[in-house]
Amino acid sequence: MFDSDRIRSEFPQLSRKINQKRLIYLDSTATSLKPQAVLDAVKEYYTRYGANVFRGIYKISEEATAAYESAREKIARFIHAHAIQEVVYTRSTDESISLVYYSWALPNVREGDEVVTTIMEHHANFVPWQQLAKEKNIELRIWNVNEDGKLKLQELDTLITKKTKLLAVTAVSNVAGTINPVREICRRVKRINPKCLVLVDAAQAAPHMSIDVSDWGADFVAFSSHKMLGPTGMGVLWGRKELLESMPPFNFGGDMIKEVHRDSTVFNDIPHKFEAGTPHIAGAIGLGAAVDYLAHLGMDAIRAHEEQITSYALRRLSDVRGLSIVGTTDAKKRGGVIAFRMQGIHPHDIAQVLDEDNICIRVGFHCAQPLHEFLGIGPTARASFYIYNTTKDVDALIEGLKKVQKVFV
Amino acid sequence: MDIYREAILDHYKHPRNFGHLRSPDVAVQESNATCGDRIVMEIKIKGKGLKLNVIDDIRFSGEGCAISQASASMLTEFVKGMDMVKIRKLSRHDIEHMLGVFLTPSRVKCATLPLEVLQKAVVSLEDNGR
Repeated sequence: MFDSDRIRSEFPQLSRKINQKRLIYLDSTATSLKPQAVLDAVKEYYTRYGANVFRGIYKISEEATAAYESAREKIARFIHAHAIQEVVYTRSTDESISLVYYSWALPNVREGDEVVTTIMEHHANFVPWQQLAKEKNIELRIWNVNEDGKLKLQELDTLITKKTKLLAVTAVSNVAGTINPVREICRRVKRINPKCLVLVDAAQAAPHMSIDVSDWGADFVAFSSHKMLGPTGMGVLWGRKELLESMPPFNFGGDMIKEVHRDSTVFNDIPHKFEAGTPHIAGAIGLGAAVDYLAHLGMDAIRAHEEQITSYALRRLSDVRGLSIVGTTDAKKRGGVIAFRMQGIHPHDIAQVLDEDNICIRVGFHCAQPLHEFLGIGPTARASFYIYNTTKDVDALIEGLKKVQKVFV
Repeated sequence: MDIYREAILDHYKHPRNFGHLRSPDVAVQESNATCGDRIVMEIKIKGKGLKLNVIDDIRFSGEGCAISQASASMLTEFVKGMDMVKIRKLSRHDIEHMLGVFLTPSRVKCATLPLEVLQKAVVSLEDNGR
């Protein structure tokens, strides 16, 4: 079974006390804490072989290049990619999606085409397509959710047409927690229109469950390092090899080039074509260590642990007077993130009172304002769980919420 | 808990000057998009000439957290009878003083939204030549 005590001991931040009280971190959906192994990997790069990659004909540069590329290999294996070159390093999920916007969508989408996204997207996977629709004068179709925060597969049959160029969909909602059936979605889309590409925002999936980009049948998959125990400022875009090869570069500069002459340039092969400039070397190495850490625990075990806490949290939260939960209350169908509202109490006030006891939650629209508007709710409070959380953290949250009620009711 | 001291909770639960004026000289609305707070200020003024323009009556409406609502409520009491020049000079510091709490960085915006709305209302009145 999952050894929570051992795992917790490997996250230095969890031993920090503020005002003599322990830290109860329930905001891993925003960013995760980092285990010592990741911190060590980053530190080791900066203290032992901190040289640039692909440049020096000397040992430490070769070491850095090897570590940087070995991280890519680990990531490729982690997401079950066919080829290592399909893993492109970016700065974030947002930048990964922007890369698709600039290098694939702008050159390929024309007036008369259609693009589909969902109402539950993070702004990062919503705004680009909304702006594309304006820029190219095309129709953006939006796949809505039901009152449980679920997408209905059958609706794809009317949303996707022969004119649809792209479906942009999240694997897991960062508000309702909904786990979308990505594999079934891809199958259904391709059956209607084999030429329609599917971009999956896996920012909330990659840290929490096993993902298999090949089995999904998607064309692009984007995720971030910092939500899965890795450093900030580091993200990944996975894309099908032949697609990436057909796309023009996103940024210009060093490393993305093979030859430059007075009047012409030969771009580098993928993935380097998309990685201009000295990259976030320590970030990639740190992400590699994070992937090792997660793989060692086992993604299925992680999912099972989170499902158990989520199930417990849903039950305890349902007992709090005047509290309503966004999305389904079936823990099997959702990730470890729970957005909720309390009658007559603004989420900011909830978070402020909880902060007195170092209970960290997120409040607001969580970069998913269209979903809140669609559901007709104002801002929400959101608690989320990861490998280092236990049911004790949930108990602390419930005690905190009782305190909130005492202050405001 | 300092930030939710008695007076703030009292203004939050029993807001003063909440609602609408029958015929306001100006009504201005502002939102804080990141947290969904929304404040509307309606004012009626009396007197002529810039110096003599004072707030005769004021109402606020909208929704938001305890800090934004209490700040709006207290502000309406604070500025009744105050002249426009003085209102334009009010700052975050005055709001903190009025609320009687130290504002943490994440709550400054909540507390100062009502003042921003009020100052916008005053500016729009002056732009209209009052």
